Amino acid sequence: MSLSAAAPKRVPPWRNIRVLRWMLQLVILLSVASLLYWLWNNYRLNLAQSKIPTNFRFLDNPSSFTLPGNALDQSAPVRRAFVQGFLNTLRVSIAGILLALLLGTLVGVGRLSKNFVVRTVAGTYVEILRNLPLLLLLTFMNLAVVLQLFPRIESAWVPFELFVISNRGIAMPWFVGSGTTLLTLFGCCIAAMFIVSSGCKVYSNRTGKSVRTFLISGVVFVVLMVFGWSIFGFNWTLPVVNDRGSLGGIRIDPSYFALLVSLVLYTSSHVAEIVRGSILAVPKGQGEAADAIALSPSKKMRLVILPQAFRVAMPALGNQSLNLIKNSSLGAVISYFELTQIAQITVGNGSPAVPAFTLTLFVYLVISLTSSLIINIVNRRLALVER
Amino acid sequence: MKTWLRRNLFRTWWDALLTIVFSGVALWAMWSVFRFVVFTGRWEIIDVNLRLLLVGRFPKESLWVLYGVVIATCFWGAAALGGGKVAGAREASRSEQLFAAVRRFGLLVVVGLLLVVLAGVRESMWFVVAVVGAIVLGLQVKKWRRSIAKLRQIPAVIWHVALAITPITMMVLVIRSADVQLWGGFLINFYIAVLSILLCFPLGVLLALGRRSSLPMVRLVCATYIEVVRGAPLFVLLLLSGVALDFFLPPQIDPGPVFRSVTVFTMFTAAYLAEIIRGGLQSIPKGQTEAARALGLPTVKIIFLVTLPQALRNVIPAQIGQFISLFKDTTLAGAALSILEMLKISEAITKQDAFLGRGYIYEVLAFAGLLFWVGSYVMSKESQRVEKKLGVGQR
Repeated sequence: MSLSAAAPKRVPPWRNIRVLRWMLQLVILLSVASLLYWLWNNYRLNLAQSKIPTNFRFLDNPSSFTLPGNALDQSAPVRRAFVQGFLNTLRVSIAGILLALLLGTLVGVGRLSKNFVVRTVAGTYVEILRNLPLLLLLTFMNLAVVLQLFPRIESAWVPFELFVISNRGIAMPWFVGSGTTLLTLFGCCIAAMFIVSSGCKVYSNRTGKSVRTFLISGVVFVVLMVFGWSIFGFNWTLPVVNDRGSLGGIRIDPSYFALLVSLVLYTSSHVAEIVRGSILAVPKGQGEAADAIALSPSKKMRLVILPQAFRVAMPALGNQSLNLIKNSSLGAVISYFELTQIAQITVGNGSPAVPAFTLTLFVYLVISLTSSLIINIVNRRLALVER
Repeated sequence: MKTWLRRNLFRTWWDALLTIVFSGVALWAMWSVFRFVVFTGRWEIIDVNLRLLLVGRFPKESLWVLYGVVIATCFWGAAALGGGKVAGAREASRSEQLFAAVRRFGLLVVVGLLLVVLAGVRESMWFVVAVVGAIVLGLQVKKWRRSIAKLRQIPAVIWHVALAITPITMMVLVIRSADVQLWGGFLINFYIAVLSILLCFPLGVLLALGRRSSLPMVRLVCATYIEVVRGAPLFVLLLLSGVALDFFLPPQIDPGPVFRSVTVFTMFTAAYLAEIIRGGLQSIPKGQTEAARALGLPTVKIIFLVTLPQALRNVIPAQIGQFISLFKDTTLAGAALSILEMLKISEAITKQDAFLGRGYIYEVLAFAGLLFWVGSYVMSKESQRVEKKLGVGQR
């Protein structure tokens, strides 16, 4: 009668869960590694046959193509071309993100409007654009609108004598003077606006009176801007049609315009759905409480509903912004000179394909990881702090 | 009526202004579309090129197999999805049923009729009859299935396999009847999308499970893959597959553009799908796993019988949304790999001698857009219906 037989018995290794787990991991790692090795080996063998370089030395070769606007000449290294492409990607992405967020929010709020017509129009807008391929929108904007609907330069549309719209692009009024000075001025004015608005908020919190923060800070911004404008001696130029294009002002490339508009239309329809969902996610009591203290509908939206909705919407909106940046690579289809198009051209001009496209992918990866980092930080700042 | 107007349109002066402006915009837009469709549109370009747009250079003598696939798929769809009611809803009356059917399939029927008119009514009459017959037969089979199910339980899997045999054999026939390089138009969009969806689904599930695994190495591998793929634009990946896939394969394999695009779409969508499924897995309460463990189920069974089915059900709309965007993104294959898919062919036919330089791009893009739009729209509506039917958020 001994119970000692049940004393600790060593578990055999083929039934020991810890051993099994390590074995499983090892097997998976080994299979992934062997797959990678197989691919790498093929790559090596294929390259040995074709004698194509794998390093990034091609970045120093002359690019042998030009970009519009004298940004690049033929002797500049490929490296410069990539930088220009990167800047162009940023140019279209930042403008696109801002416009898409703005338009999308308006449409999203419109979809929940009490007004039947507004609701229906906003709903139709979203349903139409969301279910069309982006490339189709882009092709439509490029081939049908910009290249066909827009008139030739001889018969350009000149609305209000301010714009010149033709199939060579859209010319807008622009300032004359140093860009950096204007940017500094703009930054200072924005800073002043923030200081004034936070001052208003402090005053309002102390006295309990309502202050028209938006109006006051807006006026401060405009006044400072006009003041600085005249002090630093800036001036406007208006575009004028001449026989080969437009003179003066700033000209927006047709391809930039087509890409921007289609990205904004497409992304705004997604943003609108996100905004609508997040507004619906705000507890109903919040809106009722705002009604109970007699806030006007616009104030209720601006001060109570939207700030809480944006907390919910933030991760999804960040994702859409990232999607917009990645979708801007479609600019290559309509020869807008962004990163992908530059990569394609340099490969066409004899740069090795694999390193060039790997570089491109890497740049996009860095953009996307940086943006997700920023989004995460903002998200953490916005997140509701609970017990 | 008057109250409705006041409530909905003219609450305040600002509201009235909005109403007037937006009504103007909407009426103008509707009139332009109507005028374009009925009066100014020159639809002969679609009429002449219909076959190119839909199937590309698919050989004419094998077209009957394609017709067969459409008919068999209609039969299968009707038998698998047809009928049925939303969980917890009362039995609908006849008129309500009709209304629901019109809402669900009206768009598809309209597009089908449009294609029939474009293809020539007399030529396609037998096809319409066959499709309608297949649907009716499918619905009938569904009814039989219900009445048999009352007598004896037959597992649903057996039913589906039995019903799916015809369309699957037909599809194999299609693939064998013509070299895939000859396919084009809407057919190739559809083919790439369906194939990639079928392939990316298991991969996505595995990646999602791997990312939530308790084994650190597995987690690392899966997370790296997902983040890298999600950080890259699809278009660049497609371009890269066009120039670089050859380098990574043994020299004797020569992948065609369709193979390349399916590879990229599968790998790309799997990463996104993995994140969606991971979200679904996270939404499953811990008690489910614990209860399964208490019953003594092994881990694999817990995953595939308890957590995964619930997780997949919870994220149906997001999954279908991903598949819809895959379907829309198949247009990129044309731009990156020169596959003659719908959009590419649409652009190409405006350059035919008879149509060159006369601004046919509107008609062509309108037609391509209509097909894509209806496909995506119907899919998204169906996903909402399936979600309701499975009772997400109610059970």
